[in-house]
Amino acid sequence: MHFFSDHYNIILVIITTIMLGLSCGMVGPFLVLRKEALISDAMTHSTLPGLGVGFLLALSMGLNGGRFLPFLLLCSGITALLGALSVRWIINRTRLSQDVAIASVMSSFYGLGLVILSIIQSLETGNRAGLNSFLLGQVSGLTQQDLFMLTGIATLVLLLGIYNFKALRLLCFDPINAEFLGISKTKTENILLFLMISVICAGLKTVGLILILALLIIPPITARLWTDRSEVMFALSCAIAALACVNGVVVSGFFYDLPTGAIIVLSCAGFLFASLILSPIRRIINAQ
Amino acid sequence: MLSETFFIVDFPALLIVILASILCALMGSFLVLRKEAVMVDALSHSVLPGIVMGVYLSGSFSILYVMGGATLSCLIAVLGVYALQRYARIEQGAAIGTVFTTMFALGVVFLETYIGGRVHLDTQHVLYGALELTYWANPFEWDSMPMQIKTLSVMLVITLAFMIVFFKELRVSTFDPLYAELQGQYVTALHLIQILLTALIAVSCFEATGSILVISLFVCPAASARMLCDRMETQMWLSAIIGIFCAITGYFCAGFLPLALGFEHSINAAAMIAVICGIFLVLSMLFSPAYGVITQKKKLFN
Repeated sequence: MHFFSDHYNIILVIITTIMLGLSCGMVGPFLVLRKEALISDAMTHSTLPGLGVGFLLALSMGLNGGRFLPFLLLCSGITALLGALSVRWIINRTRLSQDVAIASVMSSFYGLGLVILSIIQSLETGNRAGLNSFLLGQVSGLTQQDLFMLTGIATLVLLLGIYNFKALRLLCFDPINAEFLGISKTKTENILLFLMISVICAGLKTVGLILILALLIIPPITARLWTDRSEVMFALSCAIAALACVNGVVVSGFFYDLPTGAIIVLSCAGFLFASLILSPIRRIINAQ
Repeated sequence: MLSETFFIVDFPALLIVILASILCALMGSFLVLRKEAVMVDALSHSVLPGIVMGVYLSGSFSILYVMGGATLSCLIAVLGVYALQRYARIEQGAAIGTVFTTMFALGVVFLETYIGGRVHLDTQHVLYGALELTYWANPFEWDSMPMQIKTLSVMLVITLAFMIVFFKELRVSTFDPLYAELQGQYVTALHLIQILLTALIAVSCFEATGSILVISLFVCPAASARMLCDRMETQMWLSAIIGIFCAITGYFCAGFLPLALGFEHSINAAAMIAVICGIFLVLSMLFSPAYGVITQKKKLFN
């Protein structure tokens, strides 16, 4: 018991990180299976203007010098949604292709975010230092309320994902069959979009908005190397993401003063590399 | 406005963004037409570890080392994407996402461990660019000319030469790679050179714009031109003109808009340019005479 009371905060951080990892590992396979991995890249970069606006809103209300996590996350969620909708609009309505849509949306939103950040910096009261940690991830600034909130979001995502698991999986593998079975495509797609945005926002502070994409993509493809069954793939992907997150937080928090997000991504990449060599199904040695 | 500070501070910065925008727009046109815009995203992130190692090994921002490092990491990234697709049978988007995030993370770790603020390069620099730091002590004198202007000019000459010499081949392999291959052209080699040039351009613009905003210069002007015209030649010069226009407008907006609104400091110029590029793209998507969304709706009702 002594250990728990002494290290209450550390344990809280680690539990939060595990939950974040599990939720990212849960949502990621849907993106990879639908071949939409890079659309989430546009979404993650689109969160930046939201962070800036959230900071300004909280600042004007006098909340915690602007660093009020619920506002930041809410606004970044809204701009991430805007980013996703713009990508969809460009693909459906103009002659431009998907890759152009993704690249232009992400760079424009990111630029807008940097403009807002530089305005914040020029305000005398606002100190941008708090927002910089959102780019590459940092755990140390989180308060207990923040941790509880992040755990809450992650749990919600996990529960919602498990509850809608069958519909979402069918959407990935056989959308036409899903329609026949009476599963609304739009509704399921919207659920997936909601899950993605929640996961991205919850992970912003720990992994950072530039690298959280990796936490969504690498665990599922690593898991895919080990199995052909979707349930196993989801479970493995959750486990890998959670392990990588814990590793990132522990290494960056206790040993080296490095951005948490970078360590998390490199841990994921380590798992992928090992799996490429060791996996029984698709390992490099077997390939023709 | 045309005071001495303009020539020392603003003029070289403007020159840099104009050169960068021409370079990016020319190369961007091909990438947009080949539907490979995401490749820029991947390359501009992936060159980071190479840049950092180049800076670490040479002890300063020496352009030869940096370019060498960038070329190396670009090749590693391309090979990585290829290997993931080929051997692990991972879909292209996911393979690109995996490789570039990993390389970028590696670059960030290198940056923090090896450099740690000792040299003129830090994480801020990577994320925001350092356009504000350029100055030309004695304008129009060769010796004090900022390094970036020299690099960008050389890159512009190389790129233009490549495009003029291989224009026909590039055009055929962009629109119909199969036909080009049947004709006996070296499609893969040409493509590799194109990718390498893209990476080098991204690196030479890196100091001005940071590693993420350069994507905007590559993609947005070229995509705007794509909305406006159908011919390859038109596409090329139109995107360059749009790029120059956005660069100049963005630069002046960043400098004077906040003053007009009553703030003391100026806005990050590279970011403002990206925003202007985005706005231009939105406008051309909506109002392009031939393909604009609103224009077409109007035609439908008439």
